[in-house]
Amino acid sequence: MNGDIGLWAVPLAMIGGAIRVSTPFLFVSLGEVITERSGRINLGLEGTLVFGAMAGYALAYLTGSAWAGVGAAALAGLLFGLVHGLLCSLPKVNDIAIGIALMLLGTGLAFFFGKPFIQPVAPDLPAINLGWWSDLPQVQAALRVNVLFLVGAALAVALAWMLRKTRIGLTLRVVGDSSDAARALGIRPARVRILATAFGGALAGIGGAYLSLFYPGSWNEGISSGQGLIAVALVIFARWSPINAFFAALLFGAAGALGPALQSVGVTQGYYLFYAAPFVLTLIVLVLSSSKSGALTGAPRELSITK
Amino acid sequence: MSAGVEITAPARSARAWLVPLAGRAEGVLLPLAALVTGFAAFALFLVLLGKNPWTFYTLVYQAGFGTGFSWTNTLARAAPLLLAALCVAIPARLGLVVIGGEGAIVLGGVMAGGLGAVLGGWPALIAMPLMALGAALIGGLWIGAVGALRQWRGVNETIASLLMAYIAIALMNHLVEGPLRDAASLNKPSTAPLAEALRVGDMPGFSVHWGLAVAFLACIGAWVLIERTTLGFSARIAGGNVRAAQVQGLPVTKLVVGFTALGGACAGLAGYFEVSAVHGSANASLAAGYGYTGILIAFLARHNPLAIIPVALLLAGIEASSGLVQRRMELPDATMTVLQGFIFVAILASETFTGRLDLTRWLSRGERA
Amino acid sequence: MAADFLTRRRFLTTSAGLAGAAAMGLPARAQGGLTVGFIYVGPRDDYGYNQAHAQGAAAVKAMEGVTVIEEENVAETQDVQQTMESMINFDGASLLFPTSFGYFDPHILEVAPKYPDVRFKHCGGLWTPGMPENVGSYFGYIGMGQYLNGIVAGHMTSSKKIGFVAAKPIPQVLLNINSFLLGARAVDPEITCQVIFTGEWSMAVKEAEATNALADAGADVITCHVDGPKVVIETAAARGAYVCGYHADQSALAPELYLTGAEWNWATVYTDMVAKTLAGEPIPNFVRGGLAEGFIKMSPLGPAVTDAARAQFEAVQAEIMAGDYAVINGPLADNSGNVIAADGVSYLETDVELESMDYLVDGVIGSTS
Repeated sequence: MNGDIGLWAVPLAMIGGAIRVSTPFLFVSLGEVITERSGRINLGLEGTLVFGAMAGYALAYLTGSAWAGVGAAALAGLLFGLVHGLLCSLPKVNDIAIGIALMLLGTGLAFFFGKPFIQPVAPDLPAINLGWWSDLPQVQAALRVNVLFLVGAALAVALAWMLRKTRIGLTLRVVGDSSDAARALGIRPARVRILATAFGGALAGIGGAYLSLFYPGSWNEGISSGQGLIAVALVIFARWSPINAFFAALLFGAAGALGPALQSVGVTQGYYLFYAAPFVLTLIVLVLSSSKSGALTGAPRELSITK
Repeated sequence: MSAGVEITAPARSARAWLVPLAGRAEGVLLPLAALVTGFAAFALFLVLLGKNPWTFYTLVYQAGFGTGFSWTNTLARAAPLLLAALCVAIPARLGLVVIGGEGAIVLGGVMAGGLGAVLGGWPALIAMPLMALGAALIGGLWIGAVGALRQWRGVNETIASLLMAYIAIALMNHLVEGPLRDAASLNKPSTAPLAEALRVGDMPGFSVHWGLAVAFLACIGAWVLIERTTLGFSARIAGGNVRAAQVQGLPVTKLVVGFTALGGACAGLAGYFEVSAVHGSANASLAAGYGYTGILIAFLARHNPLAIIPVALLLAGIEASSGLVQRRMELPDATMTVLQGFIFVAILASETFTGRLDLTRWLSRGERA
Repeated sequence: MAADFLTRRRFLTTSAGLAGAAAMGLPARAQGGLTVGFIYVGPRDDYGYNQAHAQGAAAVKAMEGVTVIEEENVAETQDVQQTMESMINFDGASLLFPTSFGYFDPHILEVAPKYPDVRFKHCGGLWTPGMPENVGSYFGYIGMGQYLNGIVAGHMTSSKKIGFVAAKPIPQVLLNINSFLLGARAVDPEITCQVIFTGEWSMAVKEAEATNALADAGADVITCHVDGPKVVIETAAARGAYVCGYHADQSALAPELYLTGAEWNWATVYTDMVAKTLAGEPIPNFVRGGLAEGFIKMSPLGPAVTDAARAQFEAVQAEIMAGDYAVINGPLADNSGNVIAADGVSYLETDVELESMDYLVDGVIGSTS
């Protein structure tokens, strides 16, 4: 545990933070990319994330297997996504509003059922040590990478390929760009959107399980500090691209590590402002990447928020 | 809204009166039906958990509305909720979904606390309106900025307002624990306590502060603005179809910025009353989540400022009963959040029946027959 | 002016209403005996602040003739005022323990005058003459516990750097940080303590990041002062650092690396106050106690603790128990060089000056703003 690395601690902590903190953002935003590509927006992923964190932790504790927890979280997220997808398929039902309602419901249910699981200790997800080549404990710690992070990275590539090269991807894009065109091709847009939202929900659930089962690795009512919501914002500035979403999540994780890292090298003034860095950063990027006409490049044309 | 009165009016023809009423009845009946559905679904949830829903709802009634104390409790909670709901409902007229009212509340509170510290020696008649104005101004600027970003940069207002709420809370913490901190506020960093003369007191006769009356007035004022002025009319057109509004030469940008700012000003005012009537200084307790409950209320009230009043009372009553339910039924504190979630989902899902519950057509069909 | 709303007559109506409720099969409030209400700001099983109080409440539950009612997650807003009044009006509570610091001013001070027959005992507050007589405050000298933590940490650190994850730079927290470092410096004056403020009492991700940042900076013994230390303890242990507990016993979370911990022992305080109330005896308005009085206790030393550490820990603990032990001894400067205790000046745990501490002592890396 020795070795003072001075100011290098800041960039190193940010790399470590990017890897540690980004995974929930990554999963939620990858899921939301797919959902939004189909022309729907699900703002309720924050609730799904929190419920996934609870369900994952509870199941991991009860079964003794962290992976069972991840499965449970994905399933719970899938159900929330299905509910969102089905409700929004009813005519005149607003997807943004339903998202807000499900955020409330998901969080409420998670806290309701999560009470007995605040205290127990559930098994953690395993991590892979990619920092074996270094003698510095700081480097080793920063590069202790969770399997889910790698899965997420692979998923980003796979989804990008899927969107571009496969029939499923084409279907999604058609539905997202025009319901009428989709119908003309014999595709049922409602069904595609329900499935896309369910998929997004499942990924958000996994993102939640990462929070409770790896980092910070415990279930409590303050487990999420808005990760689910921010991830939805990240999708917009990732321009609905899975690869961009990966980098956006990394950037955001790194910004989140800035506050504590600066304090550890002696920059101690105004830490609240440093803690707000991720939010400010997202807002700035949103402002820069939006355009007056509202017609964002790459935006699915059926998406309510860009209309 | 005032259906009962009009029905009893001596009718030229009962139907002639009923038809226009029936057209509006849907706006009341549908949310009511959805509310009942939400309550019923939650009752089922309780039954599945082996809890008695009858006991639950009786306790909610008891602690929210059953006694004089319950009413005090409910009304005292309602004031910030009413103003927070207006922050959602007013921009909603333009089709905007603003969910970051919490940010305007905390900044309004900080502004009130900060001004109060500076204006300590001033006469209350000048200082108090200045504090309230300052709070409304900062709230208006904050949420107005969301509207401006939307108009000038096309930034989605829902997400921007939420991000800004997080930023506002960080700013509040920074100010309250840094530049604005009163050195005497030891273990609870706060701005300097307001002079007694600058505190907002209770209304005569019951222990609910004046903020409630102001909130009622704000709801009524917002209703008049939206329903009875050309400005409100233009806003509704712009909310329905921006292109059409622009073609008609309506000042869409001014409307968007103005309405978001007005909503934000209401939320800022809520912060003012929290500081001057409840806390006596600005501190981290300002971020109490009223802004988020306000979203639910506004949607339940279908963004009608008058309907916000009964809905906010209902929600405040439900929250007021949370403690008793927790203590008597051994249900966790999140129970009320779950109930709110059920109601919220039911209300939104019910929108799908809008227009299908056409009493007007049913009545006129009767006429023809 | 608020008091007159709840006149005697109204209160009787309330009771009658409740009797009616009981007839409908509602869980009735306790009949006879003493009802004691506990109010928590967070969940009861947080491995921390609230759990420590809930353990005290559990000891009260075991007492004859006492009914305990509890409510958790009660915000430091109007909420807590309503919860107190609800416990009094609906459950007949006559002794209340609102346990969070932020409940005191203004909330308890607001409600207490309305109910002169109810006793309000607050944890951490500074009751001063002139405040309502039915209000009192109690607290424990837990800084001594952090000093003992520091002694063990001083023996166990090999990097000569120890770490502290803190919520906010307020006197109670600063005293703990300073005590932790001074304990370690009693072993080796070269040791430094890095502190990182998370800014929130409960914020899991920030606590984990702060702990990692401390480990990255080379700290190899870590403790904390946040509401729920679970995340800090687990994260520090995962980094291979030794941990010292706070609030409650966290040894189960890191059996090998847990050295010891500074724990509250509220059972002593609560059972004593309840017994006095039952006997109709007065309770002093200002109650303080430390290790000797059984207000705080240390977790059993963990398996990693060396013999040398154990010996010094036990010796100092015995000295503290004997009384008149001072942690802050001159000459002592703060970490920006200002003298805080001249040569020959000492502050005992009982000195009220310590309750307004606003500095970090020399050797602590961090700042108070």
